[in-house]
Amino acid sequence: MSNVPAELKYTKSHEWVSVDGDVATVGITDHAQDLLGDMVFIELPDVGTGFSKGDDCAVVESVKAASDVYSPLSGEVVEVNEDLADSPESVNSDSYAAWLFKIKLSDVSELDEMMDAATYSGIAADDSH
Amino acid sequence: MPFVPHTEEDIRSMLEAIGVDSINDLFDEIPAALRHDLNAEKPLALVPEGLPESEVARLMHGRASEDGSPLCFIGAGAYEHHIPAAVWEITTRGEFYSAYTPYQAEASQGTLQLLYEFQTMMASLTGMDVSNGSLYDGASSLAEAVLMAVRANRKSKSKRILMPRTVHPHYRKTTNTIVKNQGITLEELDYDRETGHINPESLTDEPGDFAALVIPYPNFFGVLEDVDVLTDWAHAHGALVIAVVNPLALGLLKSPAQWGAEGADMVCGEGQPLGVPMASGGPFYGLMCCKQALVRQMPGRIVGRTVDLDGKPGYTLTLQAREQHIRRSKATSNICTNQGLMVTASTIHMALMGAEGLKRVAAQSHANKQDLVEKLTAIDGVQSAFNRPSFHESVIQLELPVTDVLSSLAASNILGGYSLVEDYPELGNAILVCATETKNTTDLDQYAEKLQRIFTTQ
Repeated sequence: MSNVPAELKYTKSHEWVSVDGDVATVGITDHAQDLLGDMVFIELPDVGTGFSKGDDCAVVESVKAASDVYSPLSGEVVEVNEDLADSPESVNSDSYAAWLFKIKLSDVSELDEMMDAATYSGIAADDSH
Repeated sequence: MPFVPHTEEDIRSMLEAIGVDSINDLFDEIPAALRHDLNAEKPLALVPEGLPESEVARLMHGRASEDGSPLCFIGAGAYEHHIPAAVWEITTRGEFYSAYTPYQAEASQGTLQLLYEFQTMMASLTGMDVSNGSLYDGASSLAEAVLMAVRANRKSKSKRILMPRTVHPHYRKTTNTIVKNQGITLEELDYDRETGHINPESLTDEPGDFAALVIPYPNFFGVLEDVDVLTDWAHAHGALVIAVVNPLALGLLKSPAQWGAEGADMVCGEGQPLGVPMASGGPFYGLMCCKQALVRQMPGRIVGRTVDLDGKPGYTLTLQAREQHIRRSKATSNICTNQGLMVTASTIHMALMGAEGLKRVAAQSHANKQDLVEKLTAIDGVQSAFNRPSFHESVIQLELPVTDVLSSLAASNILGGYSLVEDYPELGNAILVCATETKNTTDLDQYAEKLQRIFTTQ
């Protein structure tokens, strides 16, 4: 069973979010990295780019697939995890430490629409069957 | 899953879904005179009866002999070079004789190793980090490079490309046809009438934001562009640099990786000069190389070297997440094939010639062109159009109409050059002449004498 920290918020498309004030840190879940397999490349957005909730904003490429990452919330990218360029595999070892980017939220109320850990765990479990 | 052809019912329901009455209606766009009526009593009446092999051989030999064996001084994108007999002897061995990268590629280790060697040679010639396993031809390789630049240049996000008029006119047309429907525009960049190259001074006032600058090397006129200044200008303005090269010339000239402070970002071009016969215009192959940072935007197949479970070297198609069978509509590579057979010949050709051999061919071609231009411009009424150094082609201007001169020469079995009248009317009666290492002094003299005679008798 994959790791789903209780303090984070989740999307159906397997992104996690941790919020500090109006800045959200975004990554992909342990379940997602497990499905994708060994990461070989992560394409991150440019700082300053604006996204609406649900826009594709990054790509994670593993040995067996390349998948879009969708912005869980609307806002503007304020920081990206530059370390991933040299060590994409850190997403496999700890997908909650290896965040992808931080986004300054334009609508904090969107957070209420996200899933909590319990709900996401259910989805991830269904997915695995 | 078994292969099951469409049933009548499948066909009917598909036609219904798109609102068409019959399969024939799908071909409405084809003029009636060219169409066969599939429901007619003899549906393929317009197709001639079959011929026995002996008749076909006779027909084709007859047609081939109509070409004669003229003395050819036309280059303009397809170049006559000596190809050692071993090249096609080896290329046509059963183990190699296939047009494509094979399906179930990893089962054909020999083919993959050859493509890997090809990529290594191309990367060495251009100085780039990566090469793909080839594209269709020079013109479409430029179109792919333009698409790649627009995807890759995240700084500028521009869909405009600076396209000099010194790029092969056919390449410009092909590129435009391929990229225009994606909203990409090619902004023309004019050349200096005295030098035949892009005058860097004409660039300083260029307004706007460009995804890339295309630099031909040598350019269509054979002239060498000021690659260092152009490359630095492009990078200073946030544009990527696409080099369109003659790979043979790189045996002698500065590799694109060394242009300016940072080098070109992508290199494309026509591979034909490396062991592929002119063959009335094809098949040729396109080459494509780039810096490591851009590799995920690169189209085409890439072969990588790896080790198997026992630690033995093996070859595999790699970076396939770019490709359409994995990324679907977001693929950066929508070309899953390459010119396998041409690349096989080219790789064997380069292996036989070596770096030194390629350099000697390039140097001899250049020397012959110098001699040719000297002999031709000694004729009263013939002059050089430009005053800058050129590789193995050069533009000369005639004081007689181009068509008349070229047909008189052709009557004497000499293909005197490529007419520039249509694409570059501002140059007047201008032709592009080429001399490769295949020409000797007698050939050059023969051309000069015939041309002299034409001018004397007029």
